Amino acid sequence: MRIGILALQGAFAEHAAMLQRIGAECFEIRKVADLDGQEMDGLVVPGGESTVMTKLLHGLKLFEPLRREITGGLPVLGTCAGLILLAGRVEGGRPCFACMDITAKRNAYGRQLGSFETEAPFAGLGTVPMVFVRGPYIESAGKNVRVLARVDGHIVAARQGNMLVTAFHPELSRDERIHRYFLKMAEGYGREKSAVETHCG
Amino acid sequence: MTQERYELNKNLAQMLKGGVIMDVTTPEQAKIAEGAGACAVMALERIPADIRAAGGVSRMSDPKMIRGIQQAVSIPVMAKVRIGHFAEAQILQAIEIDYIDESEVLSPADDVYHIDKTKFDVPFVCGAKDLGEALRRIGEGASMIRTKGEPGTGDVVQAVRHMRMMASEMRRVAGLAGDELYEAAKQMRVPLGLLEYVHENGRLPVVNFAAGGVATPADAALMMQLGAEGVFVGSGIFKSGNPAKRAAAIVQAVTNYNDAQLLAELSEDLGEAMVGVNEQEIELLMAERGK
Repeated sequence: MRIGILALQGAFAEHAAMLQRIGAECFEIRKVADLDGQEMDGLVVPGGESTVMTKLLHGLKLFEPLRREITGGLPVLGTCAGLILLAGRVEGGRPCFACMDITAKRNAYGRQLGSFETEAPFAGLGTVPMVFVRGPYIESAGKNVRVLARVDGHIVAARQGNMLVTAFHPELSRDERIHRYFLKMAEGYGREKSAVETHCG
Repeated sequence: MTQERYELNKNLAQMLKGGVIMDVTTPEQAKIAEGAGACAVMALERIPADIRAAGGVSRMSDPKMIRGIQQAVSIPVMAKVRIGHFAEAQILQAIEIDYIDESEVLSPADDVYHIDKTKFDVPFVCGAKDLGEALRRIGEGASMIRTKGEPGTGDVVQAVRHMRMMASEMRRVAGLAGDELYEAAKQMRVPLGLLEYVHENGRLPVVNFAAGGVATPADAALMMQLGAEGVFVGSGIFKSGNPAKRAAAIVQAVTNYNDAQLLAELSEDLGEAMVGVNEQEIELLMAERGK
C-alpha cells in the first residue's frame, strides 16, 4: 500500500514514520512532479499551520490535482491543520479543499497554554490518547458526516466517505489504531479500484 | 512545568517544522508575514539590524505592541526576553505568548545563569552554537533550539558554522562507546541523559531551526540541506526591497530546498536584498552571549 504524505510544512515525518512502522509505503508530496506516475492508495494531510499549507498548495500548483483526487474518492487522513484544509467552512480562517461538510473552528482551544492531552472514546476503537496542539474542533457537521469522537461535547474526529479527520494528533502518540483504521480505508479503496479496472478491461 | 506540558511544547515546535518564522515589528508586518506563509512570527520592537545599529541596552518589547500582533494574526506569536531575565519571561507568559525566545539578540540580563525554563508552562526556544550549548539549554527546559547565527548582518556564515558544528558533534557522539559517554558528558558540561539520547538517535531531542543571517531563498535552502528543520528570518525580510515577495520565496525555498530548478525561479526579481555586514566588520558578536 502506498500513501502520499503532503510534506509542505509541519509534522509530516511523524505520519510517515508511524505508517511505515505498520507496514505501509510512504512518499512525500512537495511539488506536482512528486505525483507523476505514483500509485497512491491514500493521502495524509498533516498538522502544521493551515495558512502556510494553503498558500503553498496554490503556489506550488498542487491544489487542483490533489482536490481532484480527494473528490474522486481517494482515502485521506487530515489531522489538525489537515482537518481545517478539508473543512467546507472555517471559522477564523479560509476554507482550502472544502470537500467535507463540516465547520471547523480554528485555534478553538486558544493559544499554546490551551494545548492539552487527554483520552476519549473513538467509535469502534475504544479509548484513544489525544494530543491537541493549538488545535481546532468541529463546530458542526452535516448529516452525511459520521461523528467518531467528542471531547467536552465538541466533535474532534469524523468521517465522511473516504475522508477521515481528527482535531488531535494521532501521529504524536504511540497508539497506532487510527493509522491502522486509515490503512483499512486505503486497502478497501485499492480493492475497489482494481475491481473497476478489471471490469473496464 | 509537568512532563506532559513539556511534551506539548516540543509538539508545537514539531508543527512549525518545514516553516519560516519571521521577525515583525508591527501588526501590518505580521499580516504581510502571515499572508506570505510564515508559520509563526517573532514580535519585537526593533529588528536585529536596527538593534545593532542603535546600540545601548535592548530589552523585551512592550506587551501592548505584542498584543497588537497577537490580535492581528492567527499563527503562533513568539517574543524575545533577555538571557536570564525570568521576570520578562513571566510577563510574556502572562500575556499567553506561544513561544519565548531567550535571546542573545537582546542585552543579557544575567551573565552566569540562563532562565530555569522548567518553571514555566509556555515553551522556550534558545540559541546554540554547538551541541554542548544546545543540550545545556534543553537541560534547562528549552523545547526548541536554533543556531546562533549573527543576527542583523545578512551574513549566513555563522549559522552555517553552528549547524555544521552541531551535526559533526552529533555524529561523533553517536559513534562513541556507551562507557565513553560519562566522560564526554563531563567534558561537554551536559546532562548525561540528554547525551545518551543523542548517542542513540543521532539527533537532538527537540526541533532544531536555523537562525541568523538568512537573507535569500538560497540561504534558506543551504541551511535546510545542512540539516535545519526550519528557518528563522529576522532582518532579511523587512530590510529588503520587496518584503512580501521575498518572504513568500523563502517559504517555498524551505519546502523544496532540494529543487535547484525551483530555487532558481524563486531567486528571480526579488529586488534589493538587505545590506549585509561581514562578521569581521562588526564590533559585537552576539553569539558570544550566554554559553
